[in-house]
Amino acid sequence: MAPKLPPHHSLQHSSTTATAGGQVHDDHDHHPQPRGIMRWLLTTNHKEIGSLYLIFSLIMFFIGGIFALVVRAELFQPGLNLINPEFFNQMTTMHGLIMVFAAVMPAFTGLANWMIPLQIGAPDMALPRLNNFSFWLLPVAFTLLLSTLLMPGGGPNFGWTFYAPLSTTYAPPSTTFFILSLHIAGVSSILGAINIVATILNMRAPGMRMMDMPLFVWTWLITAFLLIAVMPVLAGVITMMLMDINFGTSFFDAAGGGDPVLFQHLFWFFGHPEVYIMILPAFGIVSAIIPTFARKRLFGYASMVYATASIAVLSFLVWAHHMFVVGLPLAATLFFMYTTMLIAVPTGVKVFNWITTLFRGSITFEVPMLFALAFVVLFTIGGFSGLMLAIAPADFQYHDTYFVVAHFHYVLVPGAVFSIMAAVYYWLPKWTGHYPSEILGKWHFWLSVIGVNLTFFPMHFSGLAGMPRRIPDYALQFADFNLVSSLGAFLFGFSQLIFVWVIIKCVRGGVKAPAKAWDGAEDLEWSVPSPAPLHTFETPPDFKPVQH
Amino acid sequence: MSGGSYYVPATSKWPVLGSLALGVMMIGAGMALVHGNGTIVMSLGLIGVLTVMALWFRDVVMESRQGLYDAQMDRSFRQGMGWFIFSEVMFFAAFFGALFYIRVFALPWLDGEGAKGVAALLWPDFSATWPLMSPPDPSVSGPREVMNPWQLPLVNTLILVASSITLTIAHEGLKESNRTACRNWLIATLALGFVFVIIQGVEYYQAVTHYGITLQAGIYGATFFMLTGFHGLHVIIGVTILAVMLVRILRGHFGGHDHFGFEASCWYWHFVDVVWIGLFLFVYVF
Ligand code: HEM
Ligand SMILES: [Cu+2]
Repeated sequence: MAPKLPPHHSLQHSSTTATAGGQVHDDHDHHPQPRGIMRWLLTTNHKEIGSLYLIFSLIMFFIGGIFALVVRAELFQPGLNLINPEFFNQMTTMHGLIMVFAAVMPAFTGLANWMIPLQIGAPDMALPRLNNFSFWLLPVAFTLLLSTLLMPGGGPNFGWTFYAPLSTTYAPPSTTFFILSLHIAGVSSILGAINIVATILNMRAPGMRMMDMPLFVWTWLITAFLLIAVMPVLAGVITMMLMDINFGTSFFDAAGGGDPVLFQHLFWFFGHPEVYIMILPAFGIVSAIIPTFARKRLFGYASMVYATASIAVLSFLVWAHHMFVVGLPLAATLFFMYTTMLIAVPTGVKVFNWITTLFRGSITFEVPMLFALAFVVLFTIGGFSGLMLAIAPADFQYHDTYFVVAHFHYVLVPGAVFSIMAAVYYWLPKWTGHYPSEILGKWHFWLSVIGVNLTFFPMHFSGLAGMPRRIPDYALQFADFNLVSSLGAFLFGFSQLIFVWVIIKCVRGGVKAPAKAWDGAEDLEWSVPSPAPLHTFETPPDFKPVQH
Repeated sequence: MSGGSYYVPATSKWPVLGSLALGVMMIGAGMALVHGNGTIVMSLGLIGVLTVMALWFRDVVMESRQGLYDAQMDRSFRQGMGWFIFSEVMFFAAFFGALFYIRVFALPWLDGEGAKGVAALLWPDFSATWPLMSPPDPSVSGPREVMNPWQLPLVNTLILVASSITLTIAHEGLKESNRTACRNWLIATLALGFVFVIIQGVEYYQAVTHYGITLQAGIYGATFFMLTGFHGLHVIIGVTILAVMLVRILRGHFGGHDHFGFEASCWYWHFVDVVWIGLFLFVYVF
């Protein structure tokens, strides 16, 4: 995905409604570029850093995926078959941690790096060196995290939510390393988010008002705000864990006057906004792709912006819906139940707008569009199961069963992950100058859709029937559902090899893409050549707002 | 940059070295805590982090003085600093949140109050007080006495408030290009910050030796030391930043209108000051 060095021709103006200018410069008017590995270690270029993030995330996606397949292999049949329960717990935990912090979040940050400057007509991110720092913290953090698996006593085994006292009093010794690695990842996220906010607020092309920004930019602005607000809370809560473990404080220990439930409050005050951090950029991507392939303008642009903002505000007021069974006062239970249900309103607005955009459009079904449409349908299924979980008395039954696992995998896999794949297919022509293979892409899409549904749909049933989550063995009556889930998981996992193949093929060659690679694409990024030269918009483009 | 109106900084080796050094420091810290033998690695990492920061900021200062930065870069720095301080606010919010939760909910519940009072079955003799002198379980020994807010903490409050005022005067001096005034008031601010840290040290000494307030003395000691400790760390960082500003003033940096480095350190210092007011009220007084 490495961008080519700037070709020696200047920008072609495309006939989009948003006309944009920008010049392509020769390399010589720039600071001398380091070569080889140093180029990647030192780069301050948003496109190179974006590529680094995306490649890193893809690697982590496979590592986290292997952990998941280990889990599914063990669950293929009842009984303890392949691995011992201790290792099973490490696998579920590491799978969750890696997917959340090392795959999904960096993928979105990579897309932000690549696309936000292109979509707002900026030459680069606002703070390019900080950008490089944010990226290079990640390999350090996650090498450290993965290395805990090799430490005496094994790696983290308390689930990705690392509830105390499992993660303090009863935790393996490596937990301290886990905490420190999460601190590094947190620093990376906060600095990355600060950079994105500064870029969006400060680097827009002259004439581009906030309400002219593409929705991907808007959703990322709000996501970055959430990150700056809650990553420090995560840092706080893991610091308290560190102290409880190593210095005998009693934050989460009732013997000294603390409270394990305090851990859950702090964690979910971070954790719920965190799940929106993983979905808001996806909303932005889908809001870019659907209008392009429906060849219509996005329906309800302003309401999309307001819906995103209200989701962000509400996400600070719902955290205890993860804690209904922990024993909350009744008033708190009711409050968090109603606020959680309120979130369905702005979410519904979004789904409504996407569908209305499709209505009477001239739709074509290229791979990015397929992924985006699957997103709308399958994410909505996850939203509905979320609503079921939001009903506190019902959640007493559902909580900690596979129903919850089904819910969050529907919003995260065919939700967040599909949106990332849609984005990759959508923007690959801009990154590489070639179209990704439609045929392989369609294989990848259909196998993924089938795999995802085979994996996660049966979990609704095993959950409702009472199968608890995070166990290596289960009662016989769940065997059929689990067999299907495991087969689906392997299908999904191996289909992702096609994705890698598509990307490698696309980087190396393929049908040449013009500046405006898709018929109905209107945003500013389609006004620069494909592949986008290393430096774009060094002089501000001449931006003409589109009427929304 | 022919005709370009944007400034894009050159590549730099500090970011990647910085992340490497941070990694070394964290590995060392982990080794020290888990295996008891990582202090040297950790110190090397810390030295690395500090060196990188110093050299990175030096580069930025040099570039700024060469006039490479434009108004847009200046705005980016301002917004970056502003959001950074917001993230720090949220970090402290987590600790204040923990303090309030413990005081308002957790302890009364342990004492049998309300629907969640079943927790009282664990330690039926426990009675909730704040500051918590006798933690629920006898195996945790609480503090013998608590800090009197009207002695050293009050002095420290006055010192920090005064330092915010002196810093503002210094800033006004700089704006009016009265560099001597700026220098003198900045020195006064630094001295106050320095004294604050010393007094805080004395207070910690008293807390540990005379009052039995330690990290291990139940939740009161934990919240007390973590909140004041992180604040104290921020004061030390703030003093360091202000010291750098003093050096820069002495070297003739900053103009009446362009002195964002100075302004940013003022923001930071005021932020640290406001956190202290919160601490004084909710950790010491109430
Ligand atoms: C209509 C919107 C949504 C509602 C009403 C909702 C509601 C809920 C509720 C009540 C739970 C707790 C279930 C339990 O543990 O018993 C839950 C869990 C979860 N949700 Fe959602 N949710 C929604 C959307 C999302 C989205 C968009 C994401 C992420 C992209 C997400 C990710 C998760 C995750 C990861 C968990 C499980 C965390 C864990 O315990 O490991 N949810 N959701
Ligand atoms: Cu939630």
